[in-house]
Amino acid sequence: MASQDTVRDDGVAKASLLYDPKVRGIVFQVLVFVGLFAFVYWIVGNTIENLQRSNISSGFGFLSGRSGFDVATSLIAYDSDSTYGRALVVGLLNTLVVAVLGIFTASLIGFLIGVGRLSRNWLVRKICTVYVEVFRNIPPLLVIFFWYFGVLSVLPLPRDSIGLPFGSYLNSRGFFFPRPVWGEGAWLIALSLVVALAMIFFVRRRAVARQMATGQQFPVLWTSLALLVGLPLLAFALTGFPLSFEFPQLSTFNLVGGISVKPEFLALYLALSFYTASFIAEIVRAGILGISKGQTEASYALGLRSGTTLRLVIIPQALRIIIPPLTSQYLNLTKNSSLAIAIGYPDLVAIGGTILNQTGQAIEVVAIWMVVYLGLSLATSVFMNWFNARMALVER
Amino acid sequence: MTAKLLTGVFGAAVLGLAASAASAATLDDVKSKGFVQCGVNTGLAGFAAPNDQGEWSGFDVDICKAVAAAVFGDATKVKYTPTTAKERFTALQSGEIDMLSRNTTWTLSRDTSLGFNFAGVNYYDGQGFMINAKKLPGVNSALQLSGASVCVQTGTTTELNLSDYFRANKMEYNPVVFEKLEEVNAAYDSGRCDVYTTDQSGLYSIRLTLSAPDDHVVLPEIISKEPLGPVVRQGDDQWFDIVKWTLNAMIIAEELGITQTNVDEMKGSDNPEIKRVLGMEPDSTLAADLGLDKEWVVNVIKAVGNYGESFERNIGQDSPLKIARGLNQLWTKGGILYAPPIR
Repeated sequence: MASQDTVRDDGVAKASLLYDPKVRGIVFQVLVFVGLFAFVYWIVGNTIENLQRSNISSGFGFLSGRSGFDVATSLIAYDSDSTYGRALVVGLLNTLVVAVLGIFTASLIGFLIGVGRLSRNWLVRKICTVYVEVFRNIPPLLVIFFWYFGVLSVLPLPRDSIGLPFGSYLNSRGFFFPRPVWGEGAWLIALSLVVALAMIFFVRRRAVARQMATGQQFPVLWTSLALLVGLPLLAFALTGFPLSFEFPQLSTFNLVGGISVKPEFLALYLALSFYTASFIAEIVRAGILGISKGQTEASYALGLRSGTTLRLVIIPQALRIIIPPLTSQYLNLTKNSSLAIAIGYPDLVAIGGTILNQTGQAIEVVAIWMVVYLGLSLATSVFMNWFNARMALVER
Repeated sequence: MTAKLLTGVFGAAVLGLAASAASAATLDDVKSKGFVQCGVNTGLAGFAAPNDQGEWSGFDVDICKAVAAAVFGDATKVKYTPTTAKERFTALQSGEIDMLSRNTTWTLSRDTSLGFNFAGVNYYDGQGFMINAKKLPGVNSALQLSGASVCVQTGTTTELNLSDYFRANKMEYNPVVFEKLEEVNAAYDSGRCDVYTTDQSGLYSIRLTLSAPDDHVVLPEIISKEPLGPVVRQGDDQWFDIVKWTLNAMIIAEELGITQTNVDEMKGSDNPEIKRVLGMEPDSTLAADLGLDKEWVVNVIKAVGNYGESFERNIGQDSPLKIARGLNQLWTKGGILYAPPIR
């Protein structure tokens, strides 16, 4: 290549702009851009024209229309008088809830199983291996069906609910537990929690500073726990225990009162957590195995115990290997949550589908779906990239 | 980012292009491909369901067959596309199917903003509720259903009526919403919900498929008007006319007493109306104006029988459903079936 370039350079003066890599690059980029623009322009124009010719209404005006349908689970106030736009927000929030809780639980299970696969205990190791192989090799939809049809739908009817401790019940309509009703002065408890968090932050900073200066350690974990539990408890006692519970009661059809978690949500949440956890477990295992043995030996040689070695030497380095593939698992989990439609959990896709059907505006609804999922994925990536940058090896 | 955007735009374009193709003359399309592509239910006993040989039959399917008989003189020239409540409209809009005969309620918004035309009503229905009488012995009215979990299929007028009805009567309910009919059936059968709501005809049909049909009762209340009928796309009047008049011809045949067995005999009738309907009137341009063969009505009746025959065979007294004619009786016999004259 290099020799050819030099040969060509000799005749540069006459060889015209056509062979100038810089000019050529610009020309091609402009051509591609114009072509792309024309293509998009043509497609949009064509779509609008055809929609009009077929008398199908278009535009996003439908979002402010009355929805007319009810949604089973909603985090915000919603009824059939609300708008289509609000219904979509309800769906988006439901997607977010299951995704965030799923990510949290999947990470937890995944880390435990991943570490378990490296355990010295034969039984633990084998159980974890079986878990990974089973869940990793079943399509997520089947895992959802397993939880929904195999586990939750065979639970008894409300009349014969399974009683659990603390006045909670489990039946085929979901999991019901008492709703805490806060009385007067409850804000003091919330305030004390905030104060406790602030104090923990300062204690931790002081402890680090002291260790840097004197080498003496301070039991941060225990102090923090004591603050976190003790302060709100103190406030709770001082305000005279302003807490009562609303217990679920059996009525003609269902248990009413209390808080209920629908089986659709449970099935989806459990399925996504268990399914994704099997992938996370492998990522964690790979991350830990990726740290050379010399690191452990060096750490032991410095006199660190095995727990401290794991916490201060192995895990921080392993995390750098773990985080990038973990990000794509989180994205997968979020996107897999759209399988909710198979069991009737009202996520963004399910509610969007209903709206699509009631209004007939397929293109708009599909566009909203794509933009929202793209947004969610990009937001997750940005956060994980930031986290990754924080965890990255700081070279001094 | 660009790739995703492109995919989206491309998807939109495909739908757009398909819509353009669809607005061409449907009759010519149908003739050149040699069959009618008909959207039907995924499986509603009596209305549209495949038998053990995979052949579709039912009251709604008969409309598809009748149209094929009118166009080709051969009722077998139909291909069926099973559609869920949610998919059906997109399938018709995009031109994937030529007509939709899938217990679809005629409403203003579907007629206008969805870009459809309803080719008449083949079944006057109303929304009802079904409960398991064995598990809920005290309940005998829909007004006692406050607090119940209600199974319903998404993307239906049913879902909207349900919300209106409970709201108007100041009752609470938990919607349990599924996309596919089979999923709703399974959920209701397993006890996930107390109440099943859909069009009453559908309830009778679904009851047959439950594990213990006799335990379930349909409550007396009918909470809505559900005129069900075949649907075509707007913008193709000829095809619209063909579907509309095929249905009308079936009703008129019943009025005139023309049946599957006597149709050949009737061709020799002296009654001018019967002669005109059956295409026996010389120099008549009625069929040609519709773009069909002269004996199109004969072909329709030979294929599926008149309206009453199709009704009784699929959902009436000759079927397991045993639905009474009720509103769907001829106007001369106390119902509201009334077809404009063929002349």
